[in-house]
Amino acid sequence: MSENSNQNSVVSMRTMEIIVAILFLIVGLVVMTGSVKLGAKWGSDGPESGYFPFYISLIILISSSITLFQAFKDKEQADESFVEKEPFSQVMSVLVPAAVYILGVQLIGIYVASTIYIAVFMVWLGKYAIWKAAAVGVGVSAALFMMFEFWFQIPLPHGSLINPLAFIGLQ
Amino acid sequence: MEEINALFAGFAVALSPYNVLLMLVGVILGVIIGVLPGLGGANGIAILLPLTFTMSPTSAIIMLSCIYWGALFGGAITSILFNIPGEPWSVATTFDGYPMAQDGKAGEALTAAFTSSCIGAVFAVVMITFLAPLVAKFALQFGPPEFFAVYLLTFCSFVGMNKGSPFKVISAMMLGFALAAVGMDTVTGQLRLTFGSTELMRGFDFLIAVIGLFGIGEILQSMEEGLKFSGKSAKIRAKVVFETWAKLPRYWATSLRSCLIGCWMGITPGGATPASFMSYGVAKQMSKNKDKFGKGEMEGIVAPETAAHAAGTAALLPMLSLGIPGSPTAAVLLGGLLIWGLQPGPLLFVEKPDFVWGLIASMYLGNIAGLFVVLTCVPIFASILRIPFSIIAPVIIVVCAVGAFTVHNAMFDVWLMLGFGVLGYLFKKLDYPMAPMVLALVLGDRAEDSFRQAMLLSQGSLGIFFSNYLVGTITALAIILLLWPLFSKLKAKKA
Repeated sequence: MSENSNQNSVVSMRTMEIIVAILFLIVGLVVMTGSVKLGAKWGSDGPESGYFPFYISLIILISSSITLFQAFKDKEQADESFVEKEPFSQVMSVLVPAAVYILGVQLIGIYVASTIYIAVFMVWLGKYAIWKAAAVGVGVSAALFMMFEFWFQIPLPHGSLINPLAFIGLQ
Repeated sequence: MEEINALFAGFAVALSPYNVLLMLVGVILGVIIGVLPGLGGANGIAILLPLTFTMSPTSAIIMLSCIYWGALFGGAITSILFNIPGEPWSVATTFDGYPMAQDGKAGEALTAAFTSSCIGAVFAVVMITFLAPLVAKFALQFGPPEFFAVYLLTFCSFVGMNKGSPFKVISAMMLGFALAAVGMDTVTGQLRLTFGSTELMRGFDFLIAVIGLFGIGEILQSMEEGLKFSGKSAKIRAKVVFETWAKLPRYWATSLRSCLIGCWMGITPGGATPASFMSYGVAKQMSKNKDKFGKGEMEGIVAPETAAHAAGTAALLPMLSLGIPGSPTAAVLLGGLLIWGLQPGPLLFVEKPDFVWGLIASMYLGNIAGLFVVLTCVPIFASILRIPFSIIAPVIIVVCAVGAFTVHNAMFDVWLMLGFGVLGYLFKKLDYPMAPMVLALVLGDRAEDSFRQAMLLSQGSLGIFFSNYLVGTITALAIILLLWPLFSKLKAKKA
């Protein structure tokens, strides 16, 4: 890694290693307390429900402590970049709209949300003409609609807040 | 002979017009999935799985396994024409495939890749045909301790075979087990680790994990790398195909070696990716044209492709005969078996011969059908990759969301999928392996059941895992594999 790229680094490899190892430790602790509450010993009829998960959580704690220790010791990784500014914003430009889209699916149903999501994504990141983007969005949603509502008869989310497609008879 | 008869009965099942149609649909879908970034064998099948609930299990598995073969073929197209490995196991194919395409020999490179893929797969299927019934018969004697020992072996070999940190492998794997434990306890019926949430009562479905980890995770990563598609166009002329086929017998030794490496790596859960690298490495070592490797040597395409397909196919052997999948994709297929109401394991051969042999027969047919499909339709598939990422990415996310929703008709699962996507991205960047986590999530309940049954038999003594030669050998092997990274570290220090 050159010095130049370091300045652009959002977060170093070492920091991320430490964060993820700590997250693992937290998961381990949560599972461990959960299993102890359930009973992690031998009951009258053999091992209790928490028996197996207890040992799983124990192994998580041990292995991620070692990973954490190794990350602390490894000074070289401090200079190594996990992700740089430019690519990070690229990743976010996919992740954030995806989260908004899923919220949209929940609130206004999958068909309208997908149309808007695809169209906006194409106009915003792909710089397409609005009519092209709208055509692709509507096309994909229409294909989904035909496939699931008619062909396979599997209902997809129609919106918990409002159902914008109620006018065509979608319940 | 028994196997041959059963196989012909299987061909009769697989060759019904409906199943042949599904086979073709599967292969074509599979190639498309393999070519698209963000969709691969494992999550492609996971997304399509809910659509097969209404089919008969045999037709469903034929279609889904053909998607798998198609995806294996598809990976080669992108790596040779675009230098973008569509699947991790085709990374080694780019080393020589892309330079060949740059030289204007794309047609030859593709023909060599497809043909050797097909050879590798058929070799592995032949092995499955004769070995799987034997393994299944042998495994009928297994009790809970033996089964747990085999699970242990499966998981320990991930630790032993992985190049990265063994502790990360263990952490990822145990996270899979922990997630699998959430929900209803299969033995006592008690709710576990749900922390009062009704959404968590369903537990974590591995299909959601697969769609998130491999689908969304990969999209995020391709976005970071800023994909630039600058590919060679390719048309495969019939003349080139025959000329290449005439050259291929020259590499029979490489092919055979790669087939063996692939089968071995596929059965032990090393998987297709290490198999392709290992085979490439060995071929380079043994070749007379060592220095031509990496500059467009056909042998450098034959070796990894043969091994990857042999491994990908061989991964179905333990899935069919023991109920233990050798790869994430095999795990998804195993999940399918459970959903269709079949009990995977050695009894499958006895109870559902139609299903098993229909599937095995379809492996022969599917791979050969796949070869013709990809040889004739390469230009069409290659043009899919020219669709800009800003269209592909949102469409794939929509498809993933639909797939995640249809598993349980639950909105919560779609959010989970996004969470797993972020996790997949982090895992990829920090070198945590995803395959062991997915397998642990699939096998968690079954491994736990056999462990608890074994513990009940022995009244809590771990000695039961050494109580006879069979279980003792498997356990000992598992422990050796688990400690393998330690041995190799000690050896490296001495040297």
